[in-house]
Amino acid sequence: MEANPRSIGRLPAAFLTPGSSSFMDFLAEHQPAMLPRNRQLPAQGVIEAPHGTTIVAASFPGGVVLAGDRRATMGNIIAQRDIEKVFPADEYSAVGIAGTAGLAVEMVKLFQLELEHFEKVEGVQLSLEGKANRLSTMIRSNLGMAMQGLAVVPLFAGWDVDRQKGRIFSYDVTGGRSEEHGFAATGSGSLFARGALKKLFRDDLTESQATTLVIQALYDAADDDSATGGPDLARRIYPIVTVITDEGFRKLTEAQLSEVVRAIHERRLEEPDGPRAALL
Amino acid sequence: MSTPFYVSPQQAMADRAEYARKGIARGRSVVVLQYNDGVVFVAENPSRALHKVSEIYDRIAFAAVGKYNEFENLRIGGVRYADLRGYTYDREDVTARGLANVYAQTLGTIFSSAGEKPYEVELIVAEVGAGPEDDQIYRLPHDGSIVDEHGSVAVGGNADQISSYLDQRHRDGMTLSEALKLAVESLTRDTNGGERTLTAEQLEVAVLDRTRPQQRKFKRILGRQLSRLLEGDGGSGAAKGAPEEAGNPADDD
Repeated sequence: MEANPRSIGRLPAAFLTPGSSSFMDFLAEHQPAMLPRNRQLPAQGVIEAPHGTTIVAASFPGGVVLAGDRRATMGNIIAQRDIEKVFPADEYSAVGIAGTAGLAVEMVKLFQLELEHFEKVEGVQLSLEGKANRLSTMIRSNLGMAMQGLAVVPLFAGWDVDRQKGRIFSYDVTGGRSEEHGFAATGSGSLFARGALKKLFRDDLTESQATTLVIQALYDAADDDSATGGPDLARRIYPIVTVITDEGFRKLTEAQLSEVVRAIHERRLEEPDGPRAALL
Repeated sequence: MSTPFYVSPQQAMADRAEYARKGIARGRSVVVLQYNDGVVFVAENPSRALHKVSEIYDRIAFAAVGKYNEFENLRIGGVRYADLRGYTYDREDVTARGLANVYAQTLGTIFSSAGEKPYEVELIVAEVGAGPEDDQIYRLPHDGSIVDEHGSVAVGGNADQISSYLDQRHRDGMTLSEALKLAVESLTRDTNGGERTLTAEQLEVAVLDRTRPQQRKFKRILGRQLSRLLEGDGGSGAAKGAPEEAGNPADDD
């Protein structure tokens, strides 16, 4: 039985030891080799692996939206045109990842499990701050990989049940965490996306306006950054857009997105640079 | 004077079994019933903090009676086992059968190891399938055996009487409200044939609901929703709360 290769089928002591509610702590004790941070790194050398690109988030009264484009690149090649980089972390939060796709997907899987495991063992959810800190620890443990060019830099957004508002957290490669107010972007196209968000963001957006805002920002990022993919109308590949409100996590359907994306596209046929902000 | 005297192995095991059974029989019972959309767990448990019914994984839940610290240990062990297995392979590969086997091995080893006191617990592991015929319910007594159950099962003090009451009245395709009311009726019968009343506050109720859109099918039924289901007319449609009952139980807590 794989749960216990060493004895006669009974759950090993590590399973029955009370104390930790963390799945990562349990892995560290029982099967340390399965933790990403315990992996042996090659001494040197550069690995080419697909990289995911731009993630944007914006809050609105009543929630927060988190969205990502669909492109993964490897050097100057488009490795995948329909990759998904935004995932639910639990019922009230979502995580979007930029950086090495393979490592990022593994990190998200472990992060989701960490939150779920805590919830099941303790019977309550972690606070939003607690979740954000947990993600911080995971990024920090990836620092060795990051120094070899395999960084993972996520954006974390969620509904704070206690404070009754949507919140956004951004990270750097060392696990440094900072709360963003209003909007945030990460990944190679984030410079351009942030510019767009800055000019278009307002405090009183509705949910559907916030959705339009993040798609506009991704559109601008794709316009100037070759590693970010714009909406692909021919193949019906649209950005992933998720909304988190007090009702929980929700991913917009293809039909909903198609409508917004087409409207933006129509406008851009006349004004290719997108909406213009007032000069003064 | 201490004279070491011979105790036959049969007698030693019988004593251990007796010890475990007595511990289990002291506690209140838990009943588990199949209904048309899944499996419902009902426990008599006034505590809101110490649960007798818990989630293990997407489609798997756990119920236990007996000594709290012992079954709580087993519950956490089960969550760790399920999460590790799902992380190593895939979420699909975590099954109630696998979990029940591990529990049986653990309970069996502890029961027959002379150095340890037997666990005074009886567990139920249930998994909800795509349809009622795919639901699985396993009962795990203190000695490490596994009993594959269908329809309804009761564990804890007075379990035999409750089981036979349920066996006579449980049928396939009951609604949640009907199954819940039957479960509560069965729990209110005490040993000498009398009846007590149980209010919503004294009950711990949870379901594995196959119609839930989420990946995790486990859901606790609390507060208003529970009172409504207990009062409801059970699908006749006459009760005020009936339309909501017919809907998704996830909409309200």
